[in-house]
Amino acid sequence: MKALEIKNLKKTYKNNVVALKGIDLSVNKGDFFALLGPNGAGKSTTIGIISSLVVKNEGSLKICGIDVDQDFNSAKLKLGVVNQEFNFSQFEKVFDIIVTQAGFYGVPYKVAKERAEKYLKKLGLWDKKDEIARMLSGGQKRRVMIVKALIHEPELLILDEPTAGVDIELRRILWEFLEDINKNGTTIILTTHYLEEAESLCKNIAIIDNGEIIENTSMNKLLSKLEDQFYVIETSNNIDQSFKLENFYCKLEDKNKFTVKIPNGKTLNDLFVEDEISKIKITNIKNQTNRLEELFVRLTSKND
Amino acid sequence: MIKLIGLLTLSNYQIRRIFRIWIQTIVPPAITTALYFLIFGQLIGRRIGEMPGYEGLSYIEFMVPGLIMLSVITNAYGNVASGFYGAKFQKALEEIIISPMPSWAVLLGFISGGIVRGFIVGVVVIFVSIFFVDITVDNILLTIFSVFLTSLLFSVLGLINGIFAKNFDDISIVPTFILTPLIYLGGIFYSIEILSSEWQFISKLNPILYIVNFFRFAMLGSSEIDPMQGFVLILFFTFLFSVIAYTLLVRGVGTKE
Repeated sequence: MKALEIKNLKKTYKNNVVALKGIDLSVNKGDFFALLGPNGAGKSTTIGIISSLVVKNEGSLKICGIDVDQDFNSAKLKLGVVNQEFNFSQFEKVFDIIVTQAGFYGVPYKVAKERAEKYLKKLGLWDKKDEIARMLSGGQKRRVMIVKALIHEPELLILDEPTAGVDIELRRILWEFLEDINKNGTTIILTTHYLEEAESLCKNIAIIDNGEIIENTSMNKLLSKLEDQFYVIETSNNIDQSFKLENFYCKLEDKNKFTVKIPNGKTLNDLFVEDEISKIKITNIKNQTNRLEELFVRLTSKND
Repeated sequence: MIKLIGLLTLSNYQIRRIFRIWIQTIVPPAITTALYFLIFGQLIGRRIGEMPGYEGLSYIEFMVPGLIMLSVITNAYGNVASGFYGAKFQKALEEIIISPMPSWAVLLGFISGGIVRGFIVGVVVIFVSIFFVDITVDNILLTIFSVFLTSLLFSVLGLINGIFAKNFDDISIVPTFILTPLIYLGGIFYSIEILSSEWQFISKLNPILYIVNFFRFAMLGSSEIDPMQGFVLILFFTFLFSVIAYTLLVRGVGTKE
């Protein structure tokens, strides 16, 4: 069963901007799916059409098996959307915002109260329930958006840059929370500009550029397309200027740091059997660039 | 059931908003009406005397129904226009649009706020007028029904304004440049019998005149216009503009891209 099925989706705005040129996309139930693309690629238009804020020109769209052209209201019950921009009354109390949102989805008040308490507590907002929304910090407002989208317990949750402008600590809390609800069966579609976020959370990925899907595969398959990877290795002992590896290209950065290229087909294990490596004490090893970021830039620049 | 809960939630949200900003919604009509009564009723009204066609009623008694209508119309209209556009401006409307609420529930939810505000303000104005004049209501049920119908009509008009509004200026242009002149020239402060026949003819083209006189008939038992004309006119326009507002919501005009 698919959580989302899009076929030949097209959208041209009134100002003749072609946002979507006929995209096909399907997301399995239970998936944690990344929808990536540069600014203006068509991500928000796609999400807008799924959530009914944007009217499509052509194509079909099914949410959890329900064709939106036949019964959009039933499909909407299965869907929760966290938009990029805060979209609640800034003058209402947090608790009222959440419970009102539940009411729009037909959730009875008693149930809404219980769920609001559950999700506000999970996201560390329970002590803010009586605060006026405009008094909250950006991160707290972002969490209100997530609670709001979950209050009717949708099967498919779409998050449009949920961690934009959020500090690293809160971002990790949100990641854990999203992983948790995904494990409990909620399908998640995530758009983000933090590619390490997509890489660590998502199982499958689609990259959209200029209104077209240019890549739609599993995260592992996509990452395996990288020919070379560069690692930065830090050591506690000084490295000699003449330091060289027999089977790998390496470049000395300073006396305690060097960069090594691992070509496609070779692994870090191959590196560690090198004689010279056994003579140094490694304190840290990291990717020089984010792998997904490298691929993303390569794929989207190819499409320019 | 889902739709009913959605409708009740939106209505409740709109009504809560009236009380949350009561200084903006309830207090101003009370002060404005008190000033009208004081200046036009007590100070100037004594010199004006009776209006033709309303013999036996003081000027201030003649004015009461008109001032109630003035407040009901402007507040019902303004409540929905600003409520809808405010939700659009804050993007809170998106949450209603993406929810499974049908368009008819969105329509009823927003206009219910306007109707409730129309009633509240009507009661406030009556309460204020008690300080200046002894009020007797000829037909209480028809009076309530008239306030309901008028609030309904102008709430729907306010919603249409809110749907088309692209900025805050857009929700003040219609009330300032169209609604207020029509209301002031719609027989609130005078009987059209004091006008020349040409101006009487022009006045009769103003739909507010019929609405005010329908209410005046319900409250005072006499009217210079056949009240049935007012009743039919309100029903006709309410139906027409409700259909227009509903169609706009279904098509997503002003709410979807």
